[in-house]
Formats: sequence, C-alpha cells, structure tokens
Amino acid sequence: MGTFHQNKSALHGITVVVDTTGPEIVIGRCEDEDDRGIFLNEADVHQDGDGGRSKEAYVQRVAMVGFWKKHDHLFIPREKIASIRRLGEV
Amino acid sequence: MPYSELMIRPMREELTSAGVQELRTAQDVDAFLAEKSGTAMLVVNSVCGCAAGMARPGIRHALAHGKRPDRVGTVFAGQDLEATARARSYFQDIPPSSPSIAFLKDGELVYFMPRHRIEGRNAEAVAGDLMAVFEEHCAVTAAS
Repeated sequence: MGTFHQNKSALHGITVVVDTTGPEIVIGRCEDEDDRGIFLNEADVHQDGDGGRSKEAYVQRVAMVGFWKKHDHLFIPREKIASIRRLGEV
Repeated sequence: MPYSELMIRPMREELTSAGVQELRTAQDVDAFLAEKSGTAMLVVNSVCGCAAGMARPGIRHALAHGKRPDRVGTVFAGQDLEATARARSYFQDIPPSSPSIAFLKDGELVYFMPRHRIEGRNAEAVAGDLMAVFEEHCAVTAAS
C-alpha cells in the first residue's frame, strides 16, 4: 500500500531527465507537467562539459547510483525543453 | 515534517511482517551494520506510493522465494530521521534516495537500487532484480 496522487501528470513522482535546448540538462523528480512546462522537485542541473562530462556522460553516471540535489524545486518552461525521459529507462 | 504514525504503521508492517527488522534509532542501525559477515539488505522505506508502493511488495515477494540475505533491516525516511541519517552515513558516496535498497556482502556494498530503479515498475520487476542479487550472493534459502 502507499499514497497515491490524483490530478497529476503521468510522470508525477518519476525521476526524469529533461534535456534542454541549451547547454543544461536537468534531472529531478517530476511534480507535474503541463502546457507551461515541467515542475521538478529535488533537482540537479548539469552544464554540458562541466567536470569534463558531456550531458550524456553525466546522465549515464547518475543512472547508476542517483544524484545529489542542488535545487528543492525547479521549473523548466516548455520552450526550453528538448526532451523528457525517465531516468529509470536510461 | 513526519506523517502521522497511524498512517505509517501499515507501511512499516508491510515489511516487518515479512521478517524485516525495523531500525528506529542510530544505535539500531549501528548494531545492524556492525555485523560484517554474510549478507545483509538495508531498505530505506518511504511513504510515497509512486515508488515505495511497489518496493515493499517487491521486497516481500523476493524474500519469500529462493535464497535470501542473512539479515534484512529497514529505516523509514522522513519518519525515523536519526536512524535514516545514520544509515545513509554508511554509504556516503551514494546520493540519498528513498525508497532505496542497499545490499551488502561481508560488510561491502555490492548492489544498490536507487529510487529511480523502482518508480514506474511493478512489484514483480523489483522482486526479479532483488532475487537475481540474492541468487548471486546469498547462501540461505527462504523457508517455504
């Protein structure tokens, strides 16, 4: 048994990878998604090339053990979103 | 802020009724992890049904079939704060995640299932991953 959440998007509670149209890639737990964009809780933002890691290299590393949150809440507007995928499917 | 204990109790009992030892204090965690020999699984339980709602039945299923760890313990994130913090302190390279499952052999972390490997899956899939780990590392077979 557990708690379940009504009136939220299908990605609610799911850890997602949000690639942006810019150099940032964001990973966080989806709170909700709508026409305006995606709302994340406990998110991390990686800049392409930071620490010598490309966006994809960062995602692959995070997929193994998880990530350290840098933001409690984050909103990414729809026009900046290139793609959204589930981290668990990476 | 912790949830009502009344609401949490069934989520605790879903694991304890399967023989999982509840670790409510830092001392409980230290005692559980002090034993280095053999295999141990430590579950970080949580309220959210999006992931924990699948983790708990998956764990129950895995523990009831075939090989199982020598010891299984659990802390409850967001509820037993001190115990959860102490448990996480043993795995400082691993970002905190709840629910999550750590598997140790002879005191070494050999497998970790973070939240994102649980959410969106069903209990059978979670159980399947755990049973594969048990099969590889455990010697003890669950009583039928």
